[in-house]
Amino acid sequence: MTKTMTDVVCPFCGTLCDDLEVVVSDDGKQLKEVYNACVIGTEKFLHSQTKDRITRPRLKQPDGSWKEVSYDEAVEYTAQMLANAKKPLMYGWSSTNCEAQSVGHEIAEMAGACVDNTAAVCHGPTVIALQDIGLPSCTLGEIKNRADRILFWGCNPAHAHPRHMSRYSIYPRGFFTGKGQKSRKMIVVDPRVTDTAKLADVHLQVEQGRDYELLNAFRVALNNEWLPDVVAGIPAAKIREAADLCKNGRFGIIFFGMGVTQTLSKNHNIDEAIALTKHLNEFTKFSIMPMRGHYNVTGSGEVLGWQFGFPYSVDLTRGFARYNPGDTSSIDLLARGEVDAMFTIASDPGAHFPISCVKHIAKIPSVCIDPHQTPTSGVSKLHVPVAFVGVEVGGNAYRMDNVPIDMRKVVDPPAGMLTDEEFLTKVRDRLKQLKGKA
Amino acid sequence: MATINLNLISGRTIQQGVAIESGKEKPSYRTACGIIELDPSDLKKLGAWKNTNVRVTSDYGSVVVKAIETTQGPHPGLGFIPMGPWANAIVNPNTYSTGMPTFKGTPVKVEVAIKEPILLGIELVQKLCEVK
Repeated sequence: MTKTMTDVVCPFCGTLCDDLEVVVSDDGKQLKEVYNACVIGTEKFLHSQTKDRITRPRLKQPDGSWKEVSYDEAVEYTAQMLANAKKPLMYGWSSTNCEAQSVGHEIAEMAGACVDNTAAVCHGPTVIALQDIGLPSCTLGEIKNRADRILFWGCNPAHAHPRHMSRYSIYPRGFFTGKGQKSRKMIVVDPRVTDTAKLADVHLQVEQGRDYELLNAFRVALNNEWLPDVVAGIPAAKIREAADLCKNGRFGIIFFGMGVTQTLSKNHNIDEAIALTKHLNEFTKFSIMPMRGHYNVTGSGEVLGWQFGFPYSVDLTRGFARYNPGDTSSIDLLARGEVDAMFTIASDPGAHFPISCVKHIAKIPSVCIDPHQTPTSGVSKLHVPVAFVGVEVGGNAYRMDNVPIDMRKVVDPPAGMLTDEEFLTKVRDRLKQLKGKA
Repeated sequence: MATINLNLISGRTIQQGVAIESGKEKPSYRTACGIIELDPSDLKKLGAWKNTNVRVTSDYGSVVVKAIETTQGPHPGLGFIPMGPWANAIVNPNTYSTGMPTFKGTPVKVEVAIKEPILLGIELVQKLCEVK
């Protein structure tokens, strides 16, 4: 016999779908099937069941082979590494629960570490921009029930947030949006004709990297002022048409992604997008929301925020929290070769940082805490596999609109495996002893 | 052999998402992310068939990937490598004091490299970092 668990939360992207159904064996040890999830979420649940999974920590040997060690040895190695380092970097946090993040920050404070999450290579510029000029935002529920003008700027939810459009933004029939897709107009701004753009009422195929100009041109069009014939590769008439479409809506939302945060103007693009949102509020109601990637990167920002006052790139080396992206941010710390130990948890900088930064990780003492084998574990000295959060252990996570959702445990982890929180608690207690604070 | 100059961007694809969750040590990760999506007109300029191995070089590095015809085009002049170690071997790491590398908008040169192998994800990072 099997049993079906309902209302399971998907631990993949910031959409944090909470309507999954998962079929598990009667003893609660095996996960059989996943319903309602997208193809990525399904893969995440099913992959936890693979037979070739690594279930014990491994220490890299000089010849490149791995030697299995116990969790206690792994705790000792990690605590010693952090105790001996002058400026360790503790990076990741976005694919684990808020409880584990909180314990991690206690460790960081004791170790005098730099703490950073994946916003460093994702929505970091968004954070800088919202600290500059604020962020008029709302929840995804409001969008589902009210929004009739949807802009996707430099993001491709059809690929990166596969159920976003069906759950919240385009297709659902909400309280004031009873006709679903028919009651909404969709505008996509992207240099490629993405699968999201193919669904749009208006697609502005912006010249790559010219988002700032186009955002600015939108504002000019709102004021009915003069525009050049072509801005950022888009004819003025088309910009005016899109701007009018926004103006004529009852409630609009700009979703934006890496297309604006990772191009050259970075935080200034977001500044201008927020200014456009503010400007649109002179005509109708408009909101703006970043499309957060990892399922709990928002939670990491929240926990860092209430514990240290800053949502990412926090430097605790002086015994108090400092924040200065460009100086205390992971990429810059690694590029300058400034950190002398690397602690990675719940993320994969080895695959997603520029290679010049990864080269520094490979040179210094390093620990990688991740259920998967990754390029980061491949260049780390110690790999600590842990239980999958959201599958084998519950906990709290924040959706992209800052709504906290409690995740559910679906199956047991393989016998003897620790969760992130359990492992970090052991490291914290050992570090306390080493630092003489027990 | 012809060489073409492109503007490189990277980003997510749904195949990349599935591959990272099914195991980055597997060849499926390479199939999903060890590619460059090119516009048909750029493939023609390059003088290459679809699914040819090509070497992509920027000021910051060089990597071998498979050139495939884009499914999200047309986008002439623009190359797309899904986010992952292959893209990150050549992207512009400069943050200009914002903390964020310039992942999108790296000028690159693409040339046919039929005989050069495309490395697996972990293998590529280990080789570039000179670790075993």
